[in-house]
Amino acid sequence: MLSIKNIHASVEGKQILKGIDLEVKAGEVHAIMGPNGSGKSTLASILAGREDYEITEGSVSFLGKDMLDMSPEDRAREGLFLAFQYPVEIPGVSTTNFIKTALNEKRKYHGQEPLDAVSFLKLMKEKMQLVEIDKSLLTRSINEGFSGGEKKRNEIFQMAMLEPKLAILDETDSGLDIDALRIVANGVNKLRNKERAIIVITHYQRLLDYLQPDFVHVLVNGRIVKSGTKELALELEEKGYDFIKDELSLAEAV
Amino acid sequence: MKEELDVLEQTVASDYKYGFVTEIDTDVVPKGLSEDVIRLISEKKNEPAWMLNWRLKAYAHWLKMEEPEWANVHYPPINFQEVIYYAAPKKKKQLGSLDEVDPELLKTFDKLGISLSEQKRLSGVAVDVVMDSVSVATSFKKQLSEIGVIFCSMSEAIQNHPDLVKKYMGSVVPMTDNYFAALNSAVFTDGSFCFIPKGVRCPMELSTYFRINTLGSGQFERTLIVAEDDAYVSYLEGCTAPMRDENQLHAAVVELVAHNNSEIKYSTVQNWYPGDENGKGGIYNFVTKRGICQGNNSKISWTQVETGSAITWKYPSVILKGDNSIGEFYSVALTNHRQQADTGTKMIHLGKNTRSRIVSKGISAGKSQNSYRGLVRAGKNALNARNYSQCDSLLLGDKCGAHTFPYIESKNKTAIIEHEATTSKIGEDQLFYCRQRGIDAETAVALIVTGFAKEVMNQLPMEFAVEAQKLLAISLEGSVG
Repeated sequence: MLSIKNIHASVEGKQILKGIDLEVKAGEVHAIMGPNGSGKSTLASILAGREDYEITEGSVSFLGKDMLDMSPEDRAREGLFLAFQYPVEIPGVSTTNFIKTALNEKRKYHGQEPLDAVSFLKLMKEKMQLVEIDKSLLTRSINEGFSGGEKKRNEIFQMAMLEPKLAILDETDSGLDIDALRIVANGVNKLRNKERAIIVITHYQRLLDYLQPDFVHVLVNGRIVKSGTKELALELEEKGYDFIKDELSLAEAV
Repeated sequence: MKEELDVLEQTVASDYKYGFVTEIDTDVVPKGLSEDVIRLISEKKNEPAWMLNWRLKAYAHWLKMEEPEWANVHYPPINFQEVIYYAAPKKKKQLGSLDEVDPELLKTFDKLGISLSEQKRLSGVAVDVVMDSVSVATSFKKQLSEIGVIFCSMSEAIQNHPDLVKKYMGSVVPMTDNYFAALNSAVFTDGSFCFIPKGVRCPMELSTYFRINTLGSGQFERTLIVAEDDAYVSYLEGCTAPMRDENQLHAAVVELVAHNNSEIKYSTVQNWYPGDENGKGGIYNFVTKRGICQGNNSKISWTQVETGSAITWKYPSVILKGDNSIGEFYSVALTNHRQQADTGTKMIHLGKNTRSRIVSKGISAGKSQNSYRGLVRAGKNALNARNYSQCDSLLLGDKCGAHTFPYIESKNKTAIIEHEATTSKIGEDQLFYCRQRGIDAETAVALIVTGFAKEVMNQLPMEFAVEAQKLLAISLEGSVG
């Protein structure tokens, strides 16, 4: 589904990603872990099409299409979803109206009629239950005055509504207390299926306890330095990122 | 960052959709202003002597006045001798019904989306249309007159209801009030007149469409609305003009009088030609709008959505004279390209327990300048006067400006005046968030702007709100890629 080949990216002349390779297939859940500043969020941003980054080398294909050629909105319409680390507030625009606009833009792109009000409400009700989100939140301006937990839950709700083929969760666990984390993780688990791939970007193991990824990759200094199964995450949790860095410096020394 | 800004700039570069010219036989008075021109206008309109004298008095006063310069707008001096003060679609004979109106004219109104047709009749909006200088059609007149509501052109009112006109014209905006009001008083050519008698709740929205068509002509209309005790009326006005390279002058006067327990709701969707991307052409819009809450418990509410004009100079105001009276001002002013707007309101509290509310939303894009200027004054007898003002500005891009000039004067200790202001910018983060959800930048800007203006839009009558919302989106088309 997603094929990242040798991606190099920089921002304001500073190189952040130094050759990333990653293959993600339908139905898989990949976790990308790494210390602060390793380039995790940069990777999420360039996949979503943020224009602040310059891609100096490499290619990304998504569902067989050259993704780097596509506008952010077209990537989204093709089925890419990014759950933001810091969802922005848009005063005066209700969450419901926002999602309805997004959904109908996507439908238009695929040559479908816009969803009528009744079907939309029905769909909303169904998904609200799935991710345990309160109705009152959806009539308020999107993210305005939401708590950290509410914002993240709202992201997962949008994911449920937009039914992406590939979802990237960018530090969705940050700033959540344990109860909020469980609710968000439950929501994500319910959205797992054979057709959908998920990339979870996180600093900590605790979200992975709930999500049980198929693969774990460790990103250090702009490179994936180690890949493995979920046991790798546990090892990281136990030993910290330093052990990888030590391994690396050993390897380099040899 | 840079790309996002470029994208913003592109969306702000859009075309004016009402810029066509109607080929129509027009009766034009040669350009220039003098006593003779005023006499000629008055004569063409077959006016009584008192009206002509009133005009001449205003003209004499205007000659002694100086053009105001305090507003935050900049334009080359206007040559008042280059303006055509009277242009009227030629009438072949007195029009008995809409069916006799020039078909070209009706086509124009169709293009404007103004339905003088059955469709609008069904929706129950009575329409008066002013083209260039004269009113050409008023619908529903008969039905309204059965319940005592007078809704006609100002010219007709001068002929048929001289006592009412004499009593109220100039009572809220005196001919000496300001430079442009004096000019209007001298040369005004038409406008709308509404009179709602005691105890009558006007059963339909009254609406006037103003259009400037003739090259080089100015438009000087006067609107007068009087609500007697316990009366209610909701009035809408819309304005458009063709695209012209040179600037055209619009200097209107609107007066509202609300007696005891009455309410006047006045809504404007102003879309005069704003000029092109480089600031060439466009309407100079110098308008004096004022209402007086003459009676106790009366209410006047102004709602405006302003997207047009090269220059806007406009402060719809309320004099709160009656005890417990209420004044409201809801405004969305959108400027793009090189438009300049200096607009706001005045709330003059004179009576006891008077309340006013101001909600102003300014949206600036392109290289435009958008200023809010508002005065709240509580007089010494205005015990317990209460005002709440909220002025929000939204910026698109980094070449435009938003300014707020609030003036507060309180002469008694019981008055409570509150003012809140915010300035925000459509950020690249907001745009990217929308785009990541599949909403393109242009739709995203429309969504964000509509959200920003929602509080004001909610005040508009339903039918107008849809139109106004579209207008906001159109005015910003091209400001984002």
